[in-house]
Amino acid sequence: MSGKQEVIIRIAGSAGDGIASVGDVLSKLASRSGLGVCAYNSYQSVIRGGFVWLQIRISNNKVFNHGDNPDILIPLNQSEYERHKDSVLPGGYIIYNEDKVKVSNKREDVNYIPLSMRALAPQEAKQPVMQNMLLLGAAVKILNLDKSILDDIIRKSFGKKGEEIANANINVINAGYNNVSTVSDFNLVKQDKKYYVITGNYSVAVGAALAGCKFYSAYPMTPATSILHWFVANAKKYGIVVKQAEDEIAAINMAIGAGFAGARAMTGTSGGGFSLMTEAIGSAGMTETPVVIVNSMRGGPSTGLPTKTEQGDLFQALGASQGEYPKAILAPKDPVSAFYMIAEAFNLAERYQIPVIFLIDFLLSNGYYGIQSDELDPSKIKIDRGEILEHVNGDGYLRYKVTETGVSPRVLPGTKGVYYVAATDEHDEDGVLISDIYTDEAKRKKMMDKRMRKMNYIVKDFPLPVVEGDSNPDVTLLGWGSTYGVIREVRELLQKEGIKVNHVHVEYIYPVKKEIADILSKSKKVISIENNYTSQYTKLLRMETGFDVQSKIVKYDGEPFTPLYLLKEVKRYL
Amino acid sequence: MATVDIKKFQVNLNPTWCPGCGDYGLLRGLQTALAKLDLDPSEIVIVSGIGCSSNLPHFIKAYGYHSLHGRALPTAQGVKMVNPRLTVIAAGGDGDGYGIGVGHLVHACRRNIDITYIVMDNQIYGLTTGQTSPTSDVGSKTKTSPDGNYEYPLNPILLAISSGATFVARTFSGEPEHMADIIVKAIQHKGFALIDDISPCVTYNKKNTYQWFKERVYKLEDIGHDPYDINQAIQRATEWEDKIPIGIFYINPDKPSYDQLDPVIREGGMFAKPEITEDEKKEILNQFL
Repeated sequence: MSGKQEVIIRIAGSAGDGIASVGDVLSKLASRSGLGVCAYNSYQSVIRGGFVWLQIRISNNKVFNHGDNPDILIPLNQSEYERHKDSVLPGGYIIYNEDKVKVSNKREDVNYIPLSMRALAPQEAKQPVMQNMLLLGAAVKILNLDKSILDDIIRKSFGKKGEEIANANINVINAGYNNVSTVSDFNLVKQDKKYYVITGNYSVAVGAALAGCKFYSAYPMTPATSILHWFVANAKKYGIVVKQAEDEIAAINMAIGAGFAGARAMTGTSGGGFSLMTEAIGSAGMTETPVVIVNSMRGGPSTGLPTKTEQGDLFQALGASQGEYPKAILAPKDPVSAFYMIAEAFNLAERYQIPVIFLIDFLLSNGYYGIQSDELDPSKIKIDRGEILEHVNGDGYLRYKVTETGVSPRVLPGTKGVYYVAATDEHDEDGVLISDIYTDEAKRKKMMDKRMRKMNYIVKDFPLPVVEGDSNPDVTLLGWGSTYGVIREVRELLQKEGIKVNHVHVEYIYPVKKEIADILSKSKKVISIENNYTSQYTKLLRMETGFDVQSKIVKYDGEPFTPLYLLKEVKRYL
Repeated sequence: MATVDIKKFQVNLNPTWCPGCGDYGLLRGLQTALAKLDLDPSEIVIVSGIGCSSNLPHFIKAYGYHSLHGRALPTAQGVKMVNPRLTVIAAGGDGDGYGIGVGHLVHACRRNIDITYIVMDNQIYGLTTGQTSPTSDVGSKTKTSPDGNYEYPLNPILLAISSGATFVARTFSGEPEHMADIIVKAIQHKGFALIDDISPCVTYNKKNTYQWFKERVYKLEDIGHDPYDINQAIQRATEWEDKIPIGIFYINPDKPSYDQLDPVIREGGMFAKPEITEDEKKEILNQFL
């Protein structure tokens, strides 16, 4: 095949300019054409105004990250044109509304596509806000994509009631499409592949629902909010109790109540809300109540960067709550992992009667990823609810019975013939407090040992990390969570240059599997890559295994890594 | 009424409260009410917070969740939302419910979820050895108000009415029979019920003693109070110090409860739809095509 096999498009403007809808439509157009897609929305914490851009990468193959500089820039106003014009790749395009954006000192290596809303937009679509659709039409023409699919997407998104608006949009798209005569060398070929376009948040929500989640509570907080939105939209149909709580403390305690009552229960938030939840997370460890807590990290500390990405909460998750209790921390690498791992989070929570913390971040939560349909297979989601007794005789039942694994079979409220109190105070096997009248040291130790023993079994249940690339590496790139896509591409680029490199990506974070250190020890050089300031995972790794990563790449400016940026950083260590 | 057998709700465990504590009266009143309602202990979940009174679940035969300080209400609501078949009772003290947990109280009231919340109000922090509480009277001398309290107390009855609770009552631990009848009505009420129980602290509160209350309490039903009239309820709720009303201040029978309005809880919460079918799984994923 000749011509460019992939394209990066950047749309830049202000909040309220309709950037997200262009991204949405383009993502769908790509996926319905059987093309790979990945989109990242760099937005601000404002509803109108601000400097906002969305980047979407479309390829004949599956795409794992949103790439570096754009082939096509669509600036929606003068200031965004000025801000992004130099980033356009040589041979690229700038598509703009010439009524609004004035261009001087043109670059010679870039194609300028000026269109006039005033002259071209049909009467029913003259509103300035519809310029995004005019420019989209031009982009679709330049990309040689199938416009009939686009028309269908527009009609479906407005539905039958919105036929008039749909037609107005299609007409203005046509105006853009028909007024571009440039012939480009993009060679995006329609493929016979079925893609879903899904965000990490939706993947978490859907995976949870398919794993039998029956309760979700949350207080709105970026970037976790769209999990709540998905649950609300689907609650009635699929029988899931959803509660917008008055604050995060209520959200987690409601989820714990629901978990105690026997529902698969989850709550979701970002770092600030997670901070408020921590006391209750420890209490779930103490009362041995299963609960899943999603923390979609954003730039911190405090209110921090509400709409920017960071992997800064690993140590908060590790240290959540006073005291010591068994817990698991999981961090999926992409929406496919998120889909299956959230189900595993519920299994671990119920098998071991523990809180499970599910760490994602802004990038994964709100990025749009094209996922081939067979990658999300509901039949691969297995449900293990742990030991639940449905019939118990007499008073011999001990809720917190000491066992070898530390797990005591549960009896759910409503079961006849047994009663117990689950207490956040230290208690004996029968649930009776040992904290008030007389703290019996032997009993306290016995109960701590029982709970903490679970950790030995949790770590055995954890799979090994993802290892990709050279089987006999000189260099290992080490990452966790949402950086998978970008590290994968850098690993491929380095391999093309003949460097013997592999990529170790950890998804089951805590308890730490000692085998990770063994895997890393096989490489001559390990380079860690984290979207934070202090390389938190490497600290955890050293703490738990003694393995000391010497070469660390960090990024904490709010934006995610991009492939060429990371390639340059990695090369500094080679 | 025939004699009720409260043995069904008794456990072989001595309460940790001081001799003479008002919480004994509440325990007795609650056990009597549950017996009168002829509930099975397995159908009841009692959720408490932290404080002397929050040890209550351990002393009643029923399922219990002894949660964190101030968090009885959200935990109790979580239980009720997924299993509305259960009778859910939340309990705790004035520090727990009107201090650290007061935010949850306001929202549980406006949500009108079908839970009975009993606050054993002794106007002092007992378990931490005697500090002022949100309901301590002005002038009360405590460890944290040696010159007399100069913060004004919160009025739980007014707060609950104005926040949208549909059953608001006050009981007195010195009147367990009267209390039991009110708890019966509160549990039978479909919606959020607050019972502010006067439960004197015999160790740290030297002002608001049994004797002090006995000289002041009167029963609202004895003066022909109409609990369906919100204006009368508000009027009576402002009384304190000279005359202290006990009984039912307010009932709103017209407002549907949260669990009746929520489409999933109404159908049984977690039992509404236990399984998602194979076709539905496909349908869910096709949302993203």
